[in-house]
Amino acid sequence: MFDLLANAIVAGLLLGGFYAAVTVGLSIAFGFLDIVNIAHPGFIMLGAFAAWFANDQWGIDPIVAGVLFTPIFFVAGAIVYRVYHVSFERRGDAGLRGLAFFFGVLFLTEVVLLLLFSADYRGVDMPYLETMIGAGPVAVPLRMVVPFLVSLAMFAVLQLAFNRTFLGRAIRAVSQDQLALRLMAANPVRVKEIAFGIAVATASVAGALLLTIAPIDPSMGRDYIGRVFAIAVLGGLGSLTGTLLAAITLGVAESLTATFYGPSWSPAVAFGALLIALVVRPSGLLGR
Amino acid sequence: MAAGYAATRYVANDYYFYAAYIVLQYVVIATAWNILGGYAGYVNFGSAGFYAVGAYTAAILYQLFRPPLVAMIVGGGIAAGIIGLAAGYLTLRVKGVYFAIATLALAVVLETIVNNWDYVGGTRGIYVLHPHQVAGFANYARLLFFAMLVLAVASVVLARSIERSRLGRGLAAIRDDEQAAESAGVPTLRLKLFAATLSGALMGLAGAPFPYYVSHLEPGSAFSLAIAVNAIAMPMIGGATSWVGPVIGAVLLGGAQQIATVTISSILNLLIVGLLLIGFVIFAPEGIVGLIRRLWR
Repeated sequence: MFDLLANAIVAGLLLGGFYAAVTVGLSIAFGFLDIVNIAHPGFIMLGAFAAWFANDQWGIDPIVAGVLFTPIFFVAGAIVYRVYHVSFERRGDAGLRGLAFFFGVLFLTEVVLLLLFSADYRGVDMPYLETMIGAGPVAVPLRMVVPFLVSLAMFAVLQLAFNRTFLGRAIRAVSQDQLALRLMAANPVRVKEIAFGIAVATASVAGALLLTIAPIDPSMGRDYIGRVFAIAVLGGLGSLTGTLLAAITLGVAESLTATFYGPSWSPAVAFGALLIALVVRPSGLLGR
Repeated sequence: MAAGYAATRYVANDYYFYAAYIVLQYVVIATAWNILGGYAGYVNFGSAGFYAVGAYTAAILYQLFRPPLVAMIVGGGIAAGIIGLAAGYLTLRVKGVYFAIATLALAVVLETIVNNWDYVGGTRGIYVLHPHQVAGFANYARLLFFAMLVLAVASVVLARSIERSRLGRGLAAIRDDEQAAESAGVPTLRLKLFAATLSGALMGLAGAPFPYYVSHLEPGSAFSLAIAVNAIAMPMIGGATSWVGPVIGAVLLGGAQQIATVTISSILNLLIVGLLLIGFVIFAPEGIVGLIRRLWR
């Protein structure tokens, strides 16, 4: 019983670290830029399939591929933001139609992936991922540990960039006070474009991590919609540390649910967390 | 409606009724979505969830009592209406976008529940077989078609009367500027809750006859991606501010999809719907109705 519990908690911590990587792009878009990018899980699936393709065709390690593809995702994100800005934000029409736009993009990514790769499961077969490491009764495969560590590394880089660089601070300021930003000689649209590019670029890495953990299929993005929003809201919009904390909390909660009630119930955990977050504390764990 | 009933007596090919049923079903769903989305500006991404609540409520009633079709439809509508009220009550007070996010996740959690619920067959699905004979109709498909026709006409009439009532003007005020509406004395929360309940209930009504239509109800078809995207795409493409828009969108898109599924694959079909949705929200934000109005002048 104790062994089971300890294993479930450790697996949950690792899973939570991975969830943080999945959510961070949404935290940037939704928390810093006020853009409700519901298409984010779609970008993650694109990242996962890009990494799978690179692995399948050229034998590149999926995580290396995920990092290599970030510039392409950055540019794609910047373009999506341009379209969004010109079509909705500038017209003051971000609410209804902006949401419908991102919903359309989410939907398109799934349909395009279905057309290209069919509904089969795809996985990667890297021998080193099957190695088990552990202490005492707890044992976990590298398949879970590596994504956790990569995710933490990505968080550290983003945290440093947002806190220490001029551009990073400009991004954090852009949704709060655009006028002040203009007075600092920074163009808010340009700043948001770069920030949204970064947000989408994280999806490339997160997708590669998703592929590393388990086989993927095009409809998987749907399972992540509830999760990423639950984590982003629970973490407090505009707080990366909060996102990390909330992700780990949800990871542990899901892992315990999967261990004691069965894995088919775990999607419901995220929804429960989301509802609680929205009803009880919309400002999040660390919000003001 | 009389013409529709006459058709069930004199049109020979059953295929037309199967196809028309789907188009009419989308008229109900698009109209339902528009009551909350188009009139009040609150986006519901979980239409498939409400539809499935209607379908599965009907299936449960069938398991319990084998009631007449009307009772199954009413039951499905009530259950989905309650879900709409609950979702609205929990999220509409906070911020508009949270309602949208909650509905997105709601469909996933409802599907999880159904997948895990053996009484309704879990992921394997459940057989719901309609009676063989029915008075006044040549076969059951024609009765289902007629029932959906009645629902479609009723929901369009309802939407039209809401649009022209105090309620409709209140919802429009919420859409344009919720704070201003609130301070002008519009009971915004009450109106939003009413619209969320009604919209959910209509989606449930549309889903309730579905088990009889397919005979074998399974989560994949009840929570289908096509319903989730069509519910939004049809009003947005038709024009979301008036009752005509969803009807135009549903008839055009639904009709085109019925023809297209025969000729091209259904997945390619959905690709086209997605592209049309994005194209219209970017280039023709007022939909087809808006385009026609512009040409008129």
